[in-house]
Amino acid sequence: MTYSYYPGCTLRTKARDLDKYARACAEALGFTLEELPDWQCCGGVYPLGTDEIASKLPSVRALDAAKQKGQDLVAVCSACYHVLKRVNDDMANVEDIQTRANNYMGLEDPYKGETKVLHFLEVLRDRVGFDELKKKVVAPLTGRKIGAYYGCLLLRPGKVMGFDDPEDPKILEDFIRALGAEPVVYPYRNECCGGYISLKEKALAGSMCDKIMDSAGGFGADCLVTACPLCKYNLNQSGKLPVVYFTELLAEALGVKEVAL
Amino acid sequence: MNKQAELIRQVSGVEPLKCMKCGKCSASCPSYEEMDIKPHQFVSYVQNEDIEALVASKSLYKCLSCFACIERCPRGVKPGALIDAARQVVVRQRGQQYLSADEIPALLDDEMPQQLLMSAFRKYRR
Repeated sequence: MTYSYYPGCTLRTKARDLDKYARACAEALGFTLEELPDWQCCGGVYPLGTDEIASKLPSVRALDAAKQKGQDLVAVCSACYHVLKRVNDDMANVEDIQTRANNYMGLEDPYKGETKVLHFLEVLRDRVGFDELKKKVVAPLTGRKIGAYYGCLLLRPGKVMGFDDPEDPKILEDFIRALGAEPVVYPYRNECCGGYISLKEKALAGSMCDKIMDSAGGFGADCLVTACPLCKYNLNQSGKLPVVYFTELLAEALGVKEVAL
Repeated sequence: MNKQAELIRQVSGVEPLKCMKCGKCSASCPSYEEMDIKPHQFVSYVQNEDIEALVASKSLYKCLSCFACIERCPRGVKPGALIDAARQVVVRQRGQQYLSADEIPALLDDEMPQQLLMSAFRKYRR
């Protein structure tokens, strides 16, 4: 199976490892991530304003490019996934945005939300299957106690994202279990890390990340796992527990960690 | 109707009259302590067209777009979208941007992801 792949700006710079592990794991699991040519940055945040069209266009271009290839569109970064999925929802369901974005784009065949957007974790859960994944694990992470850190962008708003139960998700816990480790469930796993506030207000983001780390540590986690480079950055400023990308854990369990980088 | 109130309603797509004042948004907000006008109050300010106080509020820059208030609102009011729209009404004006490119070098560190800069620029200026 081949998917269109949208890496996003950070996976080409500070989070290269998140990207490289994802590609290596995909190959090991029997599917291919085919990077879209000429993708543009998603903007990092979904433009909430109903009159914001131009800032939604990079996503529309990527969604349409995947449509042209007849492929589902996969993202690994939580923010890219969030923005692509919400813009796609607008293009399918909000007539005003659909009309104006298509007027800008001038496509022969207007884009109306046809592409399916998937997070890499959804490919693992819904296409590969966690039972199959478990069979492909060559180096199980036995004895590791890992706290899933979901944050905001994968889950909310639940009706649009449709990723998992926004208040009681389990996809990362199932993922951790499939790799042979023990998931640690703790109350702050879907609380915010502070997001972009850490640029100008480090202390505020720091106090939020401390609460997350204390919560996870208190329930016995040795480390946290995330899909988001900004969550990882903010949590690392607190530094009470190590934070790893989910693709790194996956690469380790599949035995492709060394060859990936 | 006050022009800015109308603009905030339009940009947010929010109907503040749907609010039934349950306070769940403020109870869910991770920035609650930092805000001078709390999320549930924000909705009332727009209802009452008390816009001067809103656009001067530091709450505009405390919202993290975590969508907890939007997720949990039993009436689908989207307080976070209202705060976002109020901030946009401000930062779209000349000279009202909350982040300048000149500030960036002093804020950078080696680990900082591009995602952070991109997001902050999108949220804090036009």
